[in-house]
Amino acid sequence: MSMSSRRVIEVALTLLAPAILLVAWELISRSGRVNQVFWPPPSSLWDTAVKMVRNDGLFTDIRVSLVRIVGGFLLGSIPGIALGLAMGLSWPVRVFMMPIATALYAIPKIALLPLVIIALGTGETAKWAIVAISIFFLVALNTMSGVLTLDPVYRDVAHNFQASRTQLFFGVALPGSMPAIFTGLRLALGFSLIVIVGTEFLSPSQGIGALIWKSYSILAIKKMYVGLILTAILGWLLILALDLVERLVVPWNRSTS
Amino acid sequence: MAVALAPHAPVIAAPASTGAAGGAAVAVDRVSRTFAGPHGDVVAVDDVSLDVAEGEFVVIVGPSGCGKTTLLRMIAGLETPITGRILVSAPDNRPVRNAMVFQGRSVFPWLSVEANVAYGLKLDGVSRAEQREKTSNLLSLVGLSRFAKAWPHQLSEGMRQRVAIARALAVDPQMLLMDEPFGALDEQTRFILQEELLRIWEATGNTVVFVTHSIDEALTLADRVVVMSAQPGRIKAEIPIAFDRPRDQATVRSDPRFAEKFATIWSLLKEEVQEARRSAGEMVR
Repeated sequence: MSMSSRRVIEVALTLLAPAILLVAWELISRSGRVNQVFWPPPSSLWDTAVKMVRNDGLFTDIRVSLVRIVGGFLLGSIPGIALGLAMGLSWPVRVFMMPIATALYAIPKIALLPLVIIALGTGETAKWAIVAISIFFLVALNTMSGVLTLDPVYRDVAHNFQASRTQLFFGVALPGSMPAIFTGLRLALGFSLIVIVGTEFLSPSQGIGALIWKSYSILAIKKMYVGLILTAILGWLLILALDLVERLVVPWNRSTS
Repeated sequence: MAVALAPHAPVIAAPASTGAAGGAAVAVDRVSRTFAGPHGDVVAVDDVSLDVAEGEFVVIVGPSGCGKTTLLRMIAGLETPITGRILVSAPDNRPVRNAMVFQGRSVFPWLSVEANVAYGLKLDGVSRAEQREKTSNLLSLVGLSRFAKAWPHQLSEGMRQRVAIARALAVDPQMLLMDEPFGALDEQTRFILQEELLRIWEATGNTVVFVTHSIDEALTLADRVVVMSAQPGRIKAEIPIAFDRPRDQATVRSDPRFAEKFATIWSLLKEEVQEARRSAGEMVR
């Protein structure tokens, strides 16, 4: 099989699963066995979405959520990578940070929202902060494991060529942990979306989460569905964007090339 | 002049433009090294003394766990002896540079083939133009010019080991330390790389200390074979191999002394392997 026909099949299979889901939903909805108020056919949602763009500023909600996700993601993941590298390279740092990291890693992050609101209020800063806090240790722990599982022979090579500590860090530890770092970032991006939608439920002013929750509260069920579908599409696009960044940053990784 | 090589002391790089570097001499003087194990300290290397002459090709053979890798790592400065000392010196008073070729996958997967070869040069602060020139010369020496831009995962195991050798040679070391560099390769590839290594060694006049558990490999390469015993690691015998040079696989095997040397070394190693099995059996009982 040639590579291009394999690619065609890949794309077809990728699109097939959501297509089956939508068709099944459409058929069930139109069968008359379910209440269309709560289970509207997906084909009817397009008109709703168009109206929402015109009248309700749907794009503003998307933009607001996107900025919160990306902002919080960067705010949490960059220091997370730095801490993870330090924990991987230095055992005192690792031993010192491990109890906090594992304890906070296990807390459902949305449970921290009241604390964040007390500390930072209900503005954008708090939204960024809750996302950043949620992913910080996740990224740090993945990065640390990337450093720890790096084959010790690479350090030996660097030492044999008389690498300084800085050269060891930037030439070996950082590039060598990149695949593990991206595994952490991919998980963190998913978490960011979950946490921001949850946060917007609880503190609804703007954003896709707020849209879903407010629509549900006034039984505007079709609008709620538009919000849900948009959340799914947003998550998919964000992961796609991260994959693209990974291909640029880690072109040598067998699994990405 | 002998230069005391403290294990982790920085060794100043030899000028990179000197081409063939000539050899360094090594004097290992009553060196011991222990490691903490689950049942107390394990003596990896016990009171070992070994002299290697300038330009000599010494091969260390021994059963698994006899401390041959530890000895090599101490010569490289990657491990510290507990007692004894290791002196490394060059004939022309130049600072001694060693380069190690490691067992297994030591080529950096995140660097291209040419960037791997240039790694040591870059750390030494060699100019980009010189890095490019040396790298391309070395890649043609090891037959990988066409793969300069490739990623290591696109190469075969044998090609990756060629990259590791080129990377070590790039810094003009007076001494190459090789830890079972061909252990993971298939036999044909191993034969070819052994011959290439001999060719490079003959051209540069480097000193080589080479660790293997293959008697065949030792006889093909060595001026002198050092047989080590296991637990604790000691030198059991030193056997000069005076086969004619230049050597290749065919001339070595057709030398009438080959079978005799093989038998000598095997009988020494056999005792070690049987002894190791006996003591393992006693521990089980």
